[in-house]
Amino acid sequence: MTCWETVQAYWLRSLGFGQNALPTTDITLCDQFVLIGSGMLWNLYFGLLALALGFCFAIALALAKASHRKWLRKPAEWYIFIFRGSPLFIQFFLVYFFITTVLRGSVDVFGLFTIPTAWMASAWAGAAFTLFLNTSAYSAEIFYGALMTVPRGDLEAADAYGITGRDRFFRIEWPTMLRLGWPAYTNEAIFLFHATTLVFFSGFPAFQQRGDALYYANYFADKTFNPFISYPIVAFYFIILTLCLIGLFGLINQRLNRHLPSHQKRRIRLRPQLIR
Amino acid sequence: MKKLLLATALTAFGAGIAAADPVRIGTEGAYEPYNLINDKGELDGFEIVLGNELCKRAGLECIFVKNDWDSIIPNLQSGNYDAIMAGMSITDERREKIAFSENYTQPSPSSYAAMSPDTPIDSGVIAAQVGTIQAAHVAASGAQLLEFATPDEAVAAVRNGQAAAVMADEDFLLTQVGDGLEIFGEDVLLGDGIGIGLRKSDTELKAKFDAAIQSMKADGSLNKLTDEWFAGNYTPF
Amino acid sequence: MFEYCAEPKTLEGLTWLSCYLTTPKHMEFYYSFITVMALLVVAAPAALAFGFGGAMASRSHFAPVRWLGKLYTAMVRGIPDIVFFLFFVIALDQGLEWLTHQIRCPDWTEPVRQGLEFRVCPAAKVPPNNASPFVHQAYAFALAVLTFAIVFGAFAANVLKGAMDAVPRAQIETAEAYGMSPRQTFRRILVPQMWTYALPGLSNLWLILIKATPLLFLLGIQDVVYWAREMGASKSARFDYPHGDWRLYYFLALLVFYLTLTRVSEIALSRLSRRLSHGQATRAGETLRKDAA
Repeated sequence: MTCWETVQAYWLRSLGFGQNALPTTDITLCDQFVLIGSGMLWNLYFGLLALALGFCFAIALALAKASHRKWLRKPAEWYIFIFRGSPLFIQFFLVYFFITTVLRGSVDVFGLFTIPTAWMASAWAGAAFTLFLNTSAYSAEIFYGALMTVPRGDLEAADAYGITGRDRFFRIEWPTMLRLGWPAYTNEAIFLFHATTLVFFSGFPAFQQRGDALYYANYFADKTFNPFISYPIVAFYFIILTLCLIGLFGLINQRLNRHLPSHQKRRIRLRPQLIR
Repeated sequence: MKKLLLATALTAFGAGIAAADPVRIGTEGAYEPYNLINDKGELDGFEIVLGNELCKRAGLECIFVKNDWDSIIPNLQSGNYDAIMAGMSITDERREKIAFSENYTQPSPSSYAAMSPDTPIDSGVIAAQVGTIQAAHVAASGAQLLEFATPDEAVAAVRNGQAAAVMADEDFLLTQVGDGLEIFGEDVLLGDGIGIGLRKSDTELKAKFDAAIQSMKADGSLNKLTDEWFAGNYTPF
Repeated sequence: MFEYCAEPKTLEGLTWLSCYLTTPKHMEFYYSFITVMALLVVAAPAALAFGFGGAMASRSHFAPVRWLGKLYTAMVRGIPDIVFFLFFVIALDQGLEWLTHQIRCPDWTEPVRQGLEFRVCPAAKVPPNNASPFVHQAYAFALAVLTFAIVFGAFAANVLKGAMDAVPRAQIETAEAYGMSPRQTFRRILVPQMWTYALPGLSNLWLILIKATPLLFLLGIQDVVYWAREMGASKSARFDYPHGDWRLYYFLALLVFYLTLTRVSEIALSRLSRRLSHGQATRAGETLRKDAA
């Protein structure tokens, strides 16, 4: 099989399309690159979904934590503490355990109707959900920190102009919060993508040998008994992914800071603040 | 002066080596009844007892060390230990990279276990441990393979309805049956039995272990030991 | 441990539990908590040292050193730590043995690499084959510390570099005006002042380090997660204390452990942050000064 044929046969293998049987003998470098690359689709899926949903939930959590109302603030504080304070793999275990032993396939709602829950035990749903919960907590802490450092002068100016309530939040606090929190949030995004490798490694079962980049790397390391090729390939893909992320987030950062005089613009500095 | 010191240090070192290095044997410690960690926190199991007896017969001093299953072969090749006794079946794939001693168990039967005996095994969802010969067998059979990191999780998946059946070594499944879970269908013979994994270049050590295994097969002590650990459920040599 | 534990199968209820929780195996489990804490205590300063080196290298005026520093931080941070741990330790171990091989056995003619096999002369084995199990364990521990230090050093390097850049320019200029050499400025002005800027980043790094300890298991250290998994798995009647799948309870215990460790660290770090802010040219330092006055 030429390398191009390998690409055609396997590039969507991680999603269940193309040739089903994985290579078992005469594994070439090309096989490894293509299949591990195919697995990266899962890492992208988990990362992008959790990031998009987590962003919205994190903003809500950050606002709740900054709230004066105790019944809003306390649950947010506890949520953030528990998800930031425990290793991700324990969270995976507990979520999987809850889905498979407590929900057990379907949930009966007051005897009126039943909700099927078996699909939740699949990685595409359960693991994505856990990652979403996890990244929400970390991002919320970042945005909360940023919200607390919004310059007082900005708020006083808003008061002076008579901007209050919702307007004050959306026109003054929100953009500044994003701007201040962005460098740290970039780090969180990078770490979230790194964390997606844990899904099949210690959390959820792989169905029909459809797994992420690390799953296939593990498969090849197991078949070839050589860890020095497949794992560095994963590393290579992730370095590229990280560089792309830094570039993309840097562009957004520029846009967020476009009103500032050019020498004041904070270059995106990768300080791992508030990360996993 | 420095050179002299180094030379003395090296001689001292060499002397230590001449007094027969212990043979280090890698095992997993999580595959009942082959190898496990008992309540004293020590390695125990069929292979540990067997290994110690083999070493006694071969006149070797042996130490068992724990290693994660995933990296058990790379660490052998890297020289962190000299042999593997971890319920590792002899397969053609593995024989390409490492050497095996003579097998010390007969080709081990793998079987399916499920909550009901009429579960179809070639179409439903079948659980197995990732990276085992059973996982490869299920993947090739056309059934829907669900891979777990440990064999316990694979069994648990059948109990809570994630999978219709689990495929694993029959010896392991026998320790897990009960509460509705039962072994069904015909046994599948995979691999050429279990042997000691060795580096290809260690022909001397292989010869010693082979001789010891042969002597245990000849005087019936291997059958007796297997009988003890597998509660009579085994194929004698 | 207790005398009445001699016949575990006859026990019931709390007596059974008290015996179960004090088996030698459980003692290993408790001991592994100490191992993890010890590793954290050793790995944190080691990572800081790597970070300091990395930060200094990436600020160097000598281009190749600067590139090296930047390459180190960029590469290591781009790779998920788990992937790094999966192949790096074996590589590190082989690298060390290769070096000792070059020194101790210059006359060795066979190739070190034969296919996938890695064979050095017996004298170059690290640790030597006849070493006691304790030495082997200590070596595995040292390798784990080094690996953690390299990975987290890359992150620390970034934090420290940011902190060095954050020290107000005026402070450096004043030092120069007083006639201090670049070395003196670095030692007396920059380093003492940068900690207050570095602390938020470093304290987060510490919390990340705590939560990376489950990966120790990949580095050949039997850590808390390894034992929790091993003991939580269902135990057949072959064992003295048979039970079903109890992983949930063990993992909940770990959850409490990690949450406590996080909370204690947070409190300690916030105190440290207060102390470091004393006499600093920052808002926090200014507030402290005013409060005291």
